[in-house]
Amino acid sequence: MRQSEEDREKLGAPPAHDSYLTDGTTVMSWLNTRDHKRVGVMFLAAVVFFLFLGGVFALAIRMKLLYPGPFLFDALTYNRLFTLHGVTMIFLFMIPAIPSAFGNFVLPLMIGARDVAFPRLNLASFYVYLAGAVLAIWAMVHGGADTGWTFYTPYSTTTPTMLFPLLLGVFVLGFSSIMTGINFIVTVHTLRAPGVGWMRLPLFVWSIYATSIIQVLATPVLGLTVLLVALERVLQFGIFDPARGGDPVLFQHFFWFYSHPAVYIMVLPGMAVISECVATFSRKNPFGYKAIAFSSLGIAFVGFFTWGHHLFVAGQSVFDNGVFGVLSMFVGIFTAVKVFNWVGTMYRGAISFKTPFAYICGFLFFLVFGGMTGVALATVALDVHWHDTYFVVAHFHFIMVGAVIMAFLAALHYWFPKMFGRTYHEGWGLVAASLIILGFNATFIPQFLLGNNGMPRRYYQYPEHFQALNVASTAGATLLGFGFVIIFIYLLIALRWGPRCEQNPWRSKGFEWLTESPPPTHNFDRIPHITQDPHDYRTHAPSGVYADV
Amino acid sequence: MDRLHYFVILTTFVMSTAVGLTAIFFFILYRRRSETQTTPHIEPAPLLEAAFVIIPLAFFLLWWVMGYRTAIGLATPPADAMDIYVQGKKWMWKFAYPGGPNSVNVLRVPSGRPVRLLMTSRDVIHSFYVPEFRVKQDVLPGRYSQVWFQAVEPGRFQILCAEYCGAGHSIMRGEVIVLKAEEYEDWVSAQHRGLATKQDGPPTALDFAPPLGNLVDQGRRLAQEQGCVKCHSVDGSQHIGPTWLDLYGRRERLSDGRIVNVDEGYITESMMDPFAKIVDGFKPVMPSFANKLAGPEVAAIVEYIKSLQSDAVRTGPSEGPAYAPVRGR
Repeated sequence: MRQSEEDREKLGAPPAHDSYLTDGTTVMSWLNTRDHKRVGVMFLAAVVFFLFLGGVFALAIRMKLLYPGPFLFDALTYNRLFTLHGVTMIFLFMIPAIPSAFGNFVLPLMIGARDVAFPRLNLASFYVYLAGAVLAIWAMVHGGADTGWTFYTPYSTTTPTMLFPLLLGVFVLGFSSIMTGINFIVTVHTLRAPGVGWMRLPLFVWSIYATSIIQVLATPVLGLTVLLVALERVLQFGIFDPARGGDPVLFQHFFWFYSHPAVYIMVLPGMAVISECVATFSRKNPFGYKAIAFSSLGIAFVGFFTWGHHLFVAGQSVFDNGVFGVLSMFVGIFTAVKVFNWVGTMYRGAISFKTPFAYICGFLFFLVFGGMTGVALATVALDVHWHDTYFVVAHFHFIMVGAVIMAFLAALHYWFPKMFGRTYHEGWGLVAASLIILGFNATFIPQFLLGNNGMPRRYYQYPEHFQALNVASTAGATLLGFGFVIIFIYLLIALRWGPRCEQNPWRSKGFEWLTESPPPTHNFDRIPHITQDPHDYRTHAPSGVYADV
Repeated sequence: MDRLHYFVILTTFVMSTAVGLTAIFFFILYRRRSETQTTPHIEPAPLLEAAFVIIPLAFFLLWWVMGYRTAIGLATPPADAMDIYVQGKKWMWKFAYPGGPNSVNVLRVPSGRPVRLLMTSRDVIHSFYVPEFRVKQDVLPGRYSQVWFQAVEPGRFQILCAEYCGAGHSIMRGEVIVLKAEEYEDWVSAQHRGLATKQDGPPTALDFAPPLGNLVDQGRRLAQEQGCVKCHSVDGSQHIGPTWLDLYGRRERLSDGRIVNVDEGYITESMMDPFAKIVDGFKPVMPSFANKLAGPEVAAIVEYIKSLQSDAVRTGPSEGPAYAPVRGR
């Protein structure tokens, strides 16, 4: 049901017309689109595909680990599988998931813009992403690589597997990330509607803005690093190979200088989504708007100075270890500030326990647990025992799968009506959410215990006394897999047969709900004048009005 | 250290559960009562925001201080530690003892005595990990890293490789056998007499057999066989290369003006890549011994050089003022 004509007149909005989904239905109209919403939807389809692919790799790994000895496939296949799992999940799913899919779709709507600042660059970023993905898939089909997603030298410079196209793929994917980052930074600076001051930006925009800064500043370092590894493989450069006078630890410094901030490229957008959802579903202003907004920038800044905590046992000096340890804790402080403010937002709110709210609860638990184990790992002496064990694996999966995928699913459910104008089955939504949160805990809590008992990561075979916990973890992963299948099914059904929804089904004050759901091609026929904060729930009045500019 | 582990895990559990429960508690308390409900605008007092920062910061810093103090201890081997050379390669561990014997995958140490491992890799990066000892250190090609531990009681403990190193990564396992001090001495002397050679794991072509005396003796023999002493004197006299007398622990001035401390890493590098660091005043003429010396042989020569120390206060040939050699770690 569309918004009533009476409401529309009150807003001074133009009459209803074609949405972006129906404005051109040929394949070319999608492939050649410059509409940020269509680019966002295409990104969404792509990342969901790679989530599926990475998930299949993950389940294959878990199935093997049911038995301590050789099982199902050999060690080389196992090593390729965890490499492909890591590369797919990180470079093809996690990094573009929230910024490129949801960021593209809602960020311009949230600042009252008709599109991003550079629509062509936006489309190009999608095709560059596809090119990188094709290279990566080509490498996978032709045998894959067995280095782990970390590509540590000198192993990566000597392995005979198909690493070169994979590195090239990662190099190309980096450009897509940079393009998206630049686009968002310029969009936020230049295209805000009248009335949207910096202190009136939705919190989602603040976090995505911080993410974009990292994307632009850190990604070039990754590009150069993988290029150096590729050159070392092909031309025997001798930058990282000690036999030629190089330094293998230098690679680790280069790599983590990108890859640690990259963690925040993945997590900050998750925090962005949660900031929005907490306000909407508690129907309350964010407790400490500025604290949440600036802590995003703080994480982006401090994130550049923590990479050394990956090298505590790699031969770094004890002094450096201590410095990197204490710097890493500041990320924990900024995160804690966010967490307390999100919980504070619920205080005296009007909470509605819909599917996205279930994911918020999961997110809070996983982020605090994963975050605090992260700080524990930065406590130098503890890392010596936990380093490169399943404890680390469980820690970063709590952040990446726990927190980020919870946020991804929250975003998917929260903006599904905005993107497609239809609603999904709420009951199934809650069932799947509980299954996923339960399955996730069952998968990764045993892995914390495994790591604490001393099981190193990337182990094809493992000592037999670790079997019970590994079986528990595999059982949990199966549950998790079922949860995803259920979501996939009911969302596909909703896409085709779901009941049409009104313009603002959550009654959110967010600016993206000021236009129709799904929005028309140019978002706003007339640019709205924003008169209230995006999370102001003292009144029901819409947060902006349409007026002739 | 384990108490710190449990303290940290416990705080983590309490905090994350508390946050989760607070969210659920707020949900029960503040359920949405109507679809048009409005809420008051609440902002936190500055003091509360400060508490959000200070409380976690205090906890984290407490962890850090405790953890860092332990870390310094972990990184500082006692001066009386016994040295054992470790070489990681795909996919086995090799150990060379100062007393002479060497072994594959089985490390024998006496209980109650600090042991320092001087570790290097022949190929890619490995990581020496004994979960029960709570020690782990990456083993890198082209340099030495060190780790130390002191086993309390006799027993057998698994050695794992913790840095991914290829197809055999997960089976690159070994064992630490902690013996009583007397048993250890017996074992060393049995090895020394050639009574119990090769009882530890499969012999490989790279092991040199039979063990002849301790590492220093082996090093002296090797230095003759390989022709090292044709250019390096052992009595302090000048020759084609720098003298080995008092070499270990010396500070050498290089031809490009840098100063290096002569340690195990520098000596090994000079054997493998002689032109990397030329001592000032000498010509780059030494051939490389890479691929000519096995790991235990390198260790033997290094130990031999370390044994060549004169008692006299000496003047370094390339460093001006006289000073007493520092033998600390």
